[in-house]
Amino acid sequence: MIAELGHFALILALVAALVQGSVPMIGASRNDRAWMAVARPAALGQAGAVALAFFALMWCHIASDFSVMAVAANSNSQMPLIYKISSTWGYHEGSMVLWVLILAIYGAAVALFGDNLPPALRARVLAVQAWIAIGFLLFILFTSNPFLRMTPAPADGRDLNPLLQDPGLAIHPPFLYFGYVGFSMAFSFAIAALIEGRVDAAWARWVRPWTLLAWCFLTAGIAMGSYWAYYELGWGGWWFWDPVENASFMPWLIGTALLHSASVVEKRDALKSWTILLAIIAFSLSLMGTFLVRSGVLTSVHAFATDPARGVFILGLLAITTGGALVLYVWRAPGMGTGGLFAPVSREGALVLNNLLLATACATVFLGTLYPLFLDALGGDKVSVGAPFFNATFAPIMAPLVAAMAVGPLLAWKRGDLFGALQRLYAALAIAIVVGLATLYLTRGGPVLAAFGMALAAWLFFGTLSELAERLRLFRVPLSDSIQRAAILPRAAYGMLIAHAGMAFTVAGVTATSAWETESISSMRPGDRAALAGNEFVLLDVRQDLQGPNYTAEQAGISVLRNGKEIAVLEPAKRFYPVQRQATNETAILTTGFSDVYAALGDGNPQSGWTVRLYYKPLVTWIWLGAALMVAGGAVSLSDRRHRVGAPSRGQPRTRPRASAAPAAASDD
Amino acid sequence: MTRKRRRLYVVAASMLCLGVATALVLLAFQDSIVFFRSPSEIADMKPASGQRLRLGGLVEEKSVRKLADSVTAFRVTDLNKTVEVTYRGILPDLFREGQGVVADGRMNADGVFVASQVLAKHDETYMPKEVAEALKKSGRWQETGPQKMKAKP
Repeated sequence: MIAELGHFALILALVAALVQGSVPMIGASRNDRAWMAVARPAALGQAGAVALAFFALMWCHIASDFSVMAVAANSNSQMPLIYKISSTWGYHEGSMVLWVLILAIYGAAVALFGDNLPPALRARVLAVQAWIAIGFLLFILFTSNPFLRMTPAPADGRDLNPLLQDPGLAIHPPFLYFGYVGFSMAFSFAIAALIEGRVDAAWARWVRPWTLLAWCFLTAGIAMGSYWAYYELGWGGWWFWDPVENASFMPWLIGTALLHSASVVEKRDALKSWTILLAIIAFSLSLMGTFLVRSGVLTSVHAFATDPARGVFILGLLAITTGGALVLYVWRAPGMGTGGLFAPVSREGALVLNNLLLATACATVFLGTLYPLFLDALGGDKVSVGAPFFNATFAPIMAPLVAAMAVGPLLAWKRGDLFGALQRLYAALAIAIVVGLATLYLTRGGPVLAAFGMALAAWLFFGTLSELAERLRLFRVPLSDSIQRAAILPRAAYGMLIAHAGMAFTVAGVTATSAWETESISSMRPGDRAALAGNEFVLLDVRQDLQGPNYTAEQAGISVLRNGKEIAVLEPAKRFYPVQRQATNETAILTTGFSDVYAALGDGNPQSGWTVRLYYKPLVTWIWLGAALMVAGGAVSLSDRRHRVGAPSRGQPRTRPRASAAPAAASDD
Repeated sequence: MTRKRRRLYVVAASMLCLGVATALVLLAFQDSIVFFRSPSEIADMKPASGQRLRLGGLVEEKSVRKLADSVTAFRVTDLNKTVEVTYRGILPDLFREGQGVVADGRMNADGVFVASQVLAKHDETYMPKEVAEALKKSGRWQETGPQKMKAKP
């Protein structure tokens, strides 16, 4: 019954979405308030119906109702409760319901908190949201219904993919989806603005918090996915440039650009049509990510679902959404007019540079990810584009971006003083050079590029600190004045500084790990020793045939010795899940300082020994520390009163009077 | 600063970005695009030694031999032609005889494929797409064969 209820709720949601997509849109064009007001109850009703469907599905999973096909295929009565819950979105059909649920939640949020949006804009935004929902609800109902029954019901389910039975991956998809789908808000606002033919500073103030929220979720989701790959796949890698990783990374790159360009629209009323274009592209890339993951068109460790019919449907959806949006853009955008003028050297100029570099970086990732697919579709050779391609193209584009990140915030709006900004950065420059040289010295001439990477990270970090000191007039006015300035500095400014500092940590972590990681892969029997990065490892024992709830395991005890003293015992394990006949790695990680010692247990037996993989990963934790700082920066910025959802109103002056004053005073983010 | 001038600067900067990116992409494509080859294609084309390739197929039954210095030798087959492969290091856990495998590496002068990386899929019932295609090309693809995909719900 519960499954049928869920199915019915999905159909109900579709009906609500049809109403939400049509009546308010017509109402907005006729300026009929009663028709526009339909948007709110329709959006709430749609969200309620989708939530009902989602929780009905979750109930089927928790109750292990194996007469539901999707549950039988992806769950098992032996699984711990948390994985029964997370198995709700651990496969194609369930994850699409989650996708639509999150879309409906965002729509409901606009309906609830958008009180001070102009009614026409709100009606149009909600209608566009509903169009997206209609597409995806049709997709679920026609090609991927999770509520289908099967008779007879099997005695037990086929289990969730064991790789997904991990706490990290249980919460990774919801975060990623909140990010992906969050860009639908920017998209709906962009389409609504194109229909209205109007973009102004107030519009940007509504779009920015939503984009920022989506960006925070996406950053957290990507970081979690990367950390999961790091400890679960057992190869010590944290980013593989796998198509599915790229699929989430491309919206992130464009989303980051959008975040920055929206601030130009907000502050200076410039770059309007460009910002709209970015909003369209960011959401299109999110849709494409869904397509890449869900259609299984790419050979990838992630492509769990493979079904061409679904792929064609999503591709159609993508074509309609992106194509329609771009046609509308070409038709309407020229009428938007260009806003405030600015010199090439100015805050706006720096943000344009940021946008250009991010968009270029995204384009190279796009090309590398899809080139094999295009070539294959055209009947050409089968090729693979691997990490070397991305490293060779992505890093050189990001390096100038990171270098400019320290300078940009010190430039004034409209017309900046590059020389003055650089003068304020002399300390950061000196520290960066020292860090670079020290790295070269300590690593005995270790890769010059890596030393350059570390110097770049130091430049960004200390440049960001200089920026903070500049804003507080530190060491130039009495300390009490600086503290006072610190208290009134807008949270958005703190958010930006924290996020930029986070980027510095990530750059340093990526550089150090890539350049100086060491590994030892050997076959060991109990009592055997291995040495790595100043540590000695002794394989104590391997316990076999351990029983878990739905798996059996082998677990090794590896003693880690430093200067002859035992500092820890690592216990990497290898699990075998009999239902899916699949093995997974449970790695053991010892973090000392910011660096990791990482152990993974491979195949083996008592006679010939076990394969033991040991890695030393210097500063690897900074990669995720940096990501966490970026998310924290986003959250701090989001808590700024000015960004609070719904806070702005259209009555405010377009250009703030402070905008042309001295840089430190004028720049509040 | 007129609008025209500003547009000129932005266009110039975009062109510069695009140009540099194109150059980087072309450079990277030259030495990091890797062609996928099946054993039959290698037998036909005789690729120059030293060229990076991806070889995919099934690990031939009873072909895996441990050599000295932690080198493993095995043969990869598309059930039509076979290629001799050597790999130094520890093979992935899911590497089995009769299973699909993709190896990254170069041919040496003796016609042996020296793999720098060997990938076996995480999911035992999953056949790498390229391997399935290679088997189809060699005419040895059977719908009920080893590539049996997971039954769909």
